[in-house]
Amino acid sequence: MSMELTLSRPTTRRKVKVLVAKIGLDGHDRGAKVIARALRDAGFEVVYTGLRQTVDQVVAAAIQEDVDIIGVNQHEGSHVYIARKLLEKLREYGADDILVVMGGSIPVVDLDVLKNIGVREVFLPGTPINEIVDKLLRIAEERRSRREV
Amino acid sequence: MAKLYSREALEEILRAYREWEDNILPQWLSRMPERQEEFTTLSGIPVKRLYTPADLKDYDYMEKLGVPGAYPFTRGIHATMYRARLWTMRMFSGYGGPEETNERLKMLIKAGETGLSLAFDNPTLVGVDPDDPLAEGAVGVVGVSVPTLVDMEILFRDINLGEVTTNMTINPPAPVLLSFYVAVAEKQGVSYDRIGGTTQNDPLKEFIGQKTHVFPPEAAVKVAMDVIEWSVKNLPKWNPISISGYHIREAGATAVQELAFTLADGIEYVRQLIARGLDVDEFAPRLSFFFDSHINFFEEIAKFRAARRMWARIMKEWFGAKKPRSLWLRFHVQTAGCSLYPQQPWLNIVRTALEALAAVLGGCQSLHTNAFDEPFRVPSEFAAKIALRTQQIIAYETGVADVIDPLAGSYFVEWLTDEMEERAWRYIERIESLGGMLEAVKKGYPQREVEEAAYRFQREVEEGRRFIVGVNIFREEDVEEARRVPLLEFNQEEVERRQKERVRKVRSMRDEARWRRALDELRGATERGDNIMPYVLNAVKAYATIGEIMGVLKDVYGTYVEPPYY
Repeated sequence: MSMELTLSRPTTRRKVKVLVAKIGLDGHDRGAKVIARALRDAGFEVVYTGLRQTVDQVVAAAIQEDVDIIGVNQHEGSHVYIARKLLEKLREYGADDILVVMGGSIPVVDLDVLKNIGVREVFLPGTPINEIVDKLLRIAEERRSRREV
Repeated sequence: MAKLYSREALEEILRAYREWEDNILPQWLSRMPERQEEFTTLSGIPVKRLYTPADLKDYDYMEKLGVPGAYPFTRGIHATMYRARLWTMRMFSGYGGPEETNERLKMLIKAGETGLSLAFDNPTLVGVDPDDPLAEGAVGVVGVSVPTLVDMEILFRDINLGEVTTNMTINPPAPVLLSFYVAVAEKQGVSYDRIGGTTQNDPLKEFIGQKTHVFPPEAAVKVAMDVIEWSVKNLPKWNPISISGYHIREAGATAVQELAFTLADGIEYVRQLIARGLDVDEFAPRLSFFFDSHINFFEEIAKFRAARRMWARIMKEWFGAKKPRSLWLRFHVQTAGCSLYPQQPWLNIVRTALEALAAVLGGCQSLHTNAFDEPFRVPSEFAAKIALRTQQIIAYETGVADVIDPLAGSYFVEWLTDEMEERAWRYIERIESLGGMLEAVKKGYPQREVEEAAYRFQREVEEGRRFIVGVNIFREEDVEEARRVPLLEFNQEEVERRQKERVRKVRSMRDEARWRRALDELRGATERGDNIMPYVLNAVKAYATIGEIMGVLKDVYGTYVEPPYY
């Protein structure tokens, strides 16, 4: 499946595409919306899922929208649980080349846990948007160059 | 008429001011330029370097301030304020199952809190049972899980509901949680006239902030009005609604928007209740409010004072309320969660203290102070205790509670109070022109305003036009300090397992026929458009779960999916 996706991709350079996702019942969407807009202003192509999505819905949307990165916003404390499920699902669909990043109210002690699961970057509140933009561009670039090999 | 300043006095003051501006100030400014070109409040209101009586030139003391306990209540709703009774120290708490939270409540009571306030987990907030697939991984995480009457009984074990008042931050399932509470009180032998507390039950703000909405706007308002109508007739001490600016602010609104949108929500509810045939003086004394206290000190104080004056005027002049109590804007305050940061987390203790001080100087009736570890997780016992003790220091050590409305008469504070009011009226007029807040929410107007403000604030921080210590100034790259914060630890998986097991046990042990009849009757009442409260209470007593009751309501009312607004 991932092979097909790779082959069907246009060869011309296109904008880095990010799916900003809210998974679960949490309604704190300020950060998700601010980030979605800031990334759009910075030249990314952004899709926002809206509230209360399931992991399955997010994975389906990410594949359908052919995104480089899924950015998960979590303020309800179940970030480790959600990250595990999300990465598992991506693997299941052979879409684990899509990068997962997270942001929100996340204890510092969980940063390593999330990275070990396979979350590429974790952004705490107060992280400058420029820093987020730079990191996302870099990992998306790495991902694309890997895929082109 | 009680003009504060005579024309002669004003002329003399203005002369002196102009002389200062023309002759003294320029030399100082050339030697010591000001730190910024423009100084603004968090709402973006420009503030001058100095305020004098000339800024209050036609100021009518009696019209704008008066005395505490009398119209327009700017100086406070009670004649005695904190000299007689301090604000209620009400710590928003809850995590895990009812057992864990029962322990936390008892700890807080022992530590001197004077009112209870429950934080529910996300499944409870949107009314699904712990064994619903949507609840997976979220049971007991951000608050306590309370899916059945049995859970509520455990939650209040050894706590007499006749002796405490309890706030419940609950919205679409407010009829269910209120019924749990009433049923537990009945079991404890507490009569209806002694049951005191608050259900947040404010549906309109759910669409602007918080976002635990379930039903579409019209139905959501209908359910909330049912709760108010029933409470007004049955629970004389209950505050059936807490009209909340807090979540609107946390979602990114400015202080002016928070003020205006909250009052506009209130106006909508008053109209809805009058349209049901209720007398304004019958329900108005039971309306309560809830605001945020953010970090821009004077703007917050001005906001609280302006809110009181505006609401009194709205109730008196728009709705013809007669009872003095109908004109009171009684309000709870929570310090601003969104002003806390994970960087150098101990600094949050200081931010919270300053925000709490503003709430007290603004004359709040009850207060929650955030714990410093909240950017990470639900508070630990250690952090919650520091937050409570912060209020106790303000109350018992600083002396700020000893004089009523001590900042009144400050040229700046009075000017800013007037300015907040003026700007808020403009928003309210706009909302009125859209057909009131229910219509405005359906059109997405306040939602867009708040999103816009949130983005503007973020850009100001990015561009260094707003300072946050530890975030964009005095930054430290080292995160070791944050790693040392002792966080609340509990076995969430175990709680989830226990809660699932209990809800299944409740379902298996109840009287099946009685339960089915109660839910059928609820469905009938909902379809007919009757007040659902008596039927929800009946279903709760038949041990229907929160998910089952909300399921019936969702069947009839449908559910709301937020459309994209940008």
